[in-house]
Amino acid sequence: MSTAASTSPSPVVPHPPPADDGRAKADASRRKRKRRAKVTKRPLRERLRRDRTLLLLCVPGILYFVVFFYVPLAGNVIAFQDYQPYLGFKESPMVGWTNFQALVQEPEFWTAVKNTLEISAVQLLLYFPAPIALALFLNSLISSRSRRFLQTVVYLPHFLSWVVVVGMFQQIFGGAGTVTSYLNEHGVSVGNLMNNPDTFFLLITSQAIWKDAGWGAIIFLAAMASIDNSLYESSAIDGANWWRRIWHVTLPGIRPVIIMLLILRLGDILSVGFEQILLQRDNVGAEASEVLDTYVYFHGVVDGDWGMSTAAGLMKGVIGFALIYLANKAAHRLGEQGVYRR
Amino acid sequence: MTTDSFRATLRHRRRHPERPAWMEQPGTPTQVLKTLVVIGMVVAVAYPFLLCLGTSLATKDELAANGGYVLFPSEPTLEAYRVVLDGGVVTRAAMVSVGVTLIGTALSLLCTISLAYGLSRPGTTAGKPLLLIVLGTFLFTPGVIPNYLVVQELGLLDSYGALIVPTLLNAFNIVVMRAFFQGIPDELHEAAKLDGAGEFRILCTIVLPLSKAVIAVVGLFYAVTYWNSFFNAMLYINDGEKLPLQMVLRSYVLQGDTFNAKALGVAVLPSSTSLSMAVLILAVAPIVAVYPFLQKYFVKGVLTGAIKG
Repeated sequence: MSTAASTSPSPVVPHPPPADDGRAKADASRRKRKRRAKVTKRPLRERLRRDRTLLLLCVPGILYFVVFFYVPLAGNVIAFQDYQPYLGFKESPMVGWTNFQALVQEPEFWTAVKNTLEISAVQLLLYFPAPIALALFLNSLISSRSRRFLQTVVYLPHFLSWVVVVGMFQQIFGGAGTVTSYLNEHGVSVGNLMNNPDTFFLLITSQAIWKDAGWGAIIFLAAMASIDNSLYESSAIDGANWWRRIWHVTLPGIRPVIIMLLILRLGDILSVGFEQILLQRDNVGAEASEVLDTYVYFHGVVDGDWGMSTAAGLMKGVIGFALIYLANKAAHRLGEQGVYRR
Repeated sequence: MTTDSFRATLRHRRRHPERPAWMEQPGTPTQVLKTLVVIGMVVAVAYPFLLCLGTSLATKDELAANGGYVLFPSEPTLEAYRVVLDGGVVTRAAMVSVGVTLIGTALSLLCTISLAYGLSRPGTTAGKPLLLIVLGTFLFTPGVIPNYLVVQELGLLDSYGALIVPTLLNAFNIVVMRAFFQGIPDELHEAAKLDGAGEFRILCTIVLPLSKAVIAVVGLFYAVTYWNSFFNAMLYINDGEKLPLQMVLRSYVLQGDTFNAKALGVAVLPSSTSLSMAVLILAVAPIVAVYPFLQKYFVKGVLTGAIKG
């Protein structure tokens, strides 16, 4: 068998066909070259010339990402410098880990860390399930017309700016707001909910739910729509009521999406609603509302403590990246797909 | 069979035609509860809008009689809008916002289309590393301060450019558009190439006309971002003349700055609540106006991005 295989001409690399004139020979060799070109790359210069239009089209966009993303990323080097604006980061002296050491001795920094983690925990508990619950509800509406109508309504707040959202909440829950006045008239004194540091985390969580729960439901709805209907049908025939169908069919069906978003959320655990909190920090005071992002902004840009606040930002970025990586690893370990594969 | 007839005798309600045959008809309490939840959600979204709109249209006397807010004004007046739009700070800020949104969206779209197309053709030289440059932005955030220093270094501080350039592109939008371009059949490219068209010509005469929907979506994502952004202005702009509408809204509604008759260029002011609500409605109006028509495209866009990204 082996001899037969070795003696028979290989079908993959045939010998050049017998040529009877020069033209046919040239044709054949050209064909051969073409075939080889698919396997081995053409020289770089030639490929660059072939793709020059496409590459030129990429230039502005890539330039943007380099200048406004990768250069600032490298600019984090000032976390290790005693940065002086008039010297720039080329001239400013390197100080090693001094900024980080000073940072961890700063009580305000730890307040920011504590607030960030607390708010994140509350949002994970209250905000994260909201879009899932909303999607389950939307999915349970039978009439596609009322479902579409409700979707249109609940997606809308996502497109409003935080300034508008906070402004609207102010008119309702502020000191003179409509709900506050109503409650006061009926003997329930709630005070100004917008200025209350004790309930601040609930305030921003409810704002986040109002603004983004609808939009967040989209991806869960799409996942639910891809669940095979016959699963529902057979489980219904087997006697599962609506609750059992949700528990045994819908939720397992959207589990990969839930886990993916949970991982993303975990990776983002150190950033909680920067713009939203920035707008309301003055109302409730830094003690209750300073989070890592606002700490970086106020100590760096406002107070000019560049090195130390960059150190805080860098620490946040690195920990966030590590968290995403670890959460994804954990998801793979548990047999889930995670954010990226492999 | 028996259960069906039993059910039919029990309730005479008509079954919804879209309800699958195997799904049980919910009881009346469930139906009522569901309806209430739907109404509750609609009210929760609509009430703040109506409250702000009503208050912006109400007269000073009516507001005073109703504790500062009116949901449905009895004699609506456009006085507050006339005042804020009659020259002055708000008018100027609104014009800045409109300009930034229009120019910014155009620039962003231009760069997004060209980059997305450049990365969409298979086998392009250096295509992989270039794509990784774009996707890498999902993993880290460079941080506020290095960004600020770059903008400062480029001399963009206190310029309109600072409201556009730092947030010119968004990797998510590029992924969405690239995914769409890749869905265009390869045969069209092949045919155009046989006819002698270059890549640029293919982009302009074949790809773009086929991609109107995705361009609209991505353009609107950008437009909404530009219109709503205030942090760029807060970070990079000191000159009050260059502040966008959201910053002015912030100073009046959230920081409690009072309207100055002189700054607004009028003698007698309507109620300050009406004025700030008028500014708020101005900041919301363009979005609410285009939203109903584009909602389904938005959803399509966000799903493409989620799946491909």
